Amino acid sequence: MASPTILIPPRHYLNDGYGVASWLLTRDHKRIALLYLAAVTFFFFVGGAFAVLIRLDLATPAGDLVSDETYNKLFTMHGVMMVFFFLIPAIPSVLGNFLVPIMIGAKDLAFPKLNLFSWYIYMVGGLFTLYALVTGGVDTGWTFYAPFSTVSSTTNVIPTALGIFITGFSSILTGLNFIVTIHRMRAPGMTWFRMPLFLWSTYATSLINVLGTPVIAITILLVAAERVFKFGFFNPALGGDPVLFQHLFWFYSHPAVYIMVLPAMGVISELVAAGCRKPVFGYPFVAFASLAIAVLGFLVWGHHMFVAGQSVYAALIFSILSFLVAIPSAVKVFNWTATMYRGAVSWDTPMLYAYGFIGLFTIGGLTGLFLAAVGLDVHVTDTYFIVAHFHYIMVGGTIMGYLGGLHYWWPKMSGRLYNEALAKLSAGIIFIGFNLTFFPQFVVGYLGMPRRYHSYPEEFQVLNVLSSAGASILGVGYLIPMIYLMWSLRYGRLAGSNPWGSVGLEWTTTSPPPTENFTETPIVTWNAYEYNAPVEGHVA
Amino acid sequence: MWTGTPLFPESASTMAGRVDALYFFLLAVSIFFSLLIAGLIVFYAIKFHRGDPNAVGGVIHGGMVLEVTWTVVPFLITMVIFVWGASVFFAMSRPPDETLNIYVVGKQWMWKFQHLDGQREINELHVPVGRPVKLIMTSEDVIHDLFVPAFRVKADVIPGRYTHLWFEPTKPGRYQLFCAEYCGTRHSGMIGQVVVMDPSEYQTWLSGGAPEGSLASAGAKLFQDLACNTCHRPDAQGRGPVLEGLFGNTVRLQSGETVTVDEAYVRESILQPAAKVASGFQPIMPTFQGLVTEEQLLELVEYVKSLKGLPQVQTR
Repeated sequence: MASPTILIPPRHYLNDGYGVASWLLTRDHKRIALLYLAAVTFFFFVGGAFAVLIRLDLATPAGDLVSDETYNKLFTMHGVMMVFFFLIPAIPSVLGNFLVPIMIGAKDLAFPKLNLFSWYIYMVGGLFTLYALVTGGVDTGWTFYAPFSTVSSTTNVIPTALGIFITGFSSILTGLNFIVTIHRMRAPGMTWFRMPLFLWSTYATSLINVLGTPVIAITILLVAAERVFKFGFFNPALGGDPVLFQHLFWFYSHPAVYIMVLPAMGVISELVAAGCRKPVFGYPFVAFASLAIAVLGFLVWGHHMFVAGQSVYAALIFSILSFLVAIPSAVKVFNWTATMYRGAVSWDTPMLYAYGFIGLFTIGGLTGLFLAAVGLDVHVTDTYFIVAHFHYIMVGGTIMGYLGGLHYWWPKMSGRLYNEALAKLSAGIIFIGFNLTFFPQFVVGYLGMPRRYHSYPEEFQVLNVLSSAGASILGVGYLIPMIYLMWSLRYGRLAGSNPWGSVGLEWTTTSPPPTENFTETPIVTWNAYEYNAPVEGHVA
Repeated sequence: MWTGTPLFPESASTMAGRVDALYFFLLAVSIFFSLLIAGLIVFYAIKFHRGDPNAVGGVIHGGMVLEVTWTVVPFLITMVIFVWGASVFFAMSRPPDETLNIYVVGKQWMWKFQHLDGQREINELHVPVGRPVKLIMTSEDVIHDLFVPAFRVKADVIPGRYTHLWFEPTKPGRYQLFCAEYCGTRHSGMIGQVVVMDPSEYQTWLSGGAPEGSLASAGAKLFQDLACNTCHRPDAQGRGPVLEGLFGNTVRLQSGETVTVDEAYVRESILQPAAKVASGFQPIMPTFQGLVTEEQLLELVEYVKSLKGLPQVQTR
């Protein structure tokens, strides 16, 4: 298509200062987003390496690749790294940091220094946990169930927990920063209901971060106090209650599931609108669904404990609330699908990830209903059925959303386009590899294979081999984007300010944007996703 | 390669069919909605594919009828699933009145079973077919979880308290038993088998060996050895409450509250006697914490249970 010659803008946030100090002391939200991008990518591949070893070991029933101790440390560190250092921070701290100010027409977040401080806290927490790992690891599972974690485990429980404790402050401060920014820094005319839906979901996520994270921090302190000072909080031999730990842990960690998936839902709303060049169907319903999920998400923690000896009636209340929290998620899926109707639907890479997200999240959500049904949960809880279910949400949902968002905004962040053919290929490889890895786990879970098993009965081997084969495909799928995205930084075609022909404030400024985002403060007179006239001047 | 690879678990308890029925219903719901969404995505992606690179989509902001429909229909479906799941759970939580009781103690990394007649087993549990079995379970160390996939039942085994699990086997055979709550290094080695036998074979097995006598008789001996009988006397002259006929009754406490005498209360009264003192008695009993093992506690509990008679014990 004929397009005007694209020039790289003479002044942008990437060439506004060179050298290490200009990055490590930056207060620019876009540079901080890139600092986070480097960090979460590192932790993702560390966590992924553990997953590779787990799947290799599970290829045979005897578990003969590593020892029992090592296996238990592998799945613990896989969970800790992925949950606390990738899934929770990834989308808010990379895409959120980059986009929240630009999407509302602001120059930066409300507290730029605090934003940089959050990154440092995150790094200190992450390196603390890495230290715990290289000096011996930890074997409690990412759930740290007491009294095992407080009495029985002889591994690095305290350093790992401290790393998580420290990183929690990063979540709280980033959440606070986003909430204040969205309340106070919107450009003239950018009303709440003109905001892109990504901001609604980021806002809802920030609320959970600010309200929920202190509870896990307290819980970690109680574990440390019982482990070190023998205070009897959870250990019955000291007069404590082990189930109390589970209440406290899941009071944060179930909402944390929504911390992980809500931002991805926000990304998908953006990708679907841009991919269809059409307003998101039922905007207010999708926006309020995010808030409904954030609120209801705090009331369902007990569904992790249906077999943990809580009362029958408590189980029933948590069950019905868990069904209710499924409704806003279903509403979102239906609205995204309806958005495609009479759209100008693209098959570009970001949209492929959106298709993948919607399909896999649907399966992940529906299998959640199996677990909310108390009488059925009794059989499938603590088996591979659970493992499959939450990987459909976390990997099929969150990581698909993250990668889709990264591919969609990459031209904005870097100013350059990546190789579209390679990107489509790797999206396909990831989709196939993902399903081959995790679908067999539903089957082997209903058969009764418990999770966190180093060795397992022989009749489960075929399904485990399929899963391990899928994991190797998935691993390749994740490595390819590393290569072509890095390649594009130097050799990619210049993107221009709006390669997708999207509306939205981020596409009105240059790629890469100037440090102050906009040369003059935009005045917003339109709603989100107003595709009224044919799009001009895009190159993709 | 696929021979010997089951894709569906064996069903060997009265509960299995009920759980599977709900599972198949949910499977049908899931397949329907997954195909609906995937089908629509593929159909729309092809039918509305962007031909002209400058094209934009139709201006459609939403529709109230659709929003209400796809809120209300999923709500109704989930409420059906909720009620169904709840009714299955009620059945799982409420054992029949007459059950064969077996005590279970979990420890890193083995299962210990104690039958009322005195048989003790490790990692193997013999039960008769066609009789409801209730497991009364506790742990010596960390949280475990007893899981028999063929019976579709599972319950956490928690230190410091008793949890229950019941099932009624329907088919003789050997069924896998797993620990389903991560409990440390050899978690995946904390496995065993439930051996379901015909009643006659079960009787033979029972008579095969119980060298130490019944669980209650072991408890009676312990009751003497620990000198419990100096205060807990059957004649209401002792310094402690009469235990005969006490189990299952309601006792008024010094605090004015009432408590039902069950396994958990007996256990607590041995380990922390001052926690819930019966009305009319002094808190003079010493703790037996650290002096009796979980298994000995179960023997004492079973002994207290066995003390029938004497209807004049304080009630209500």
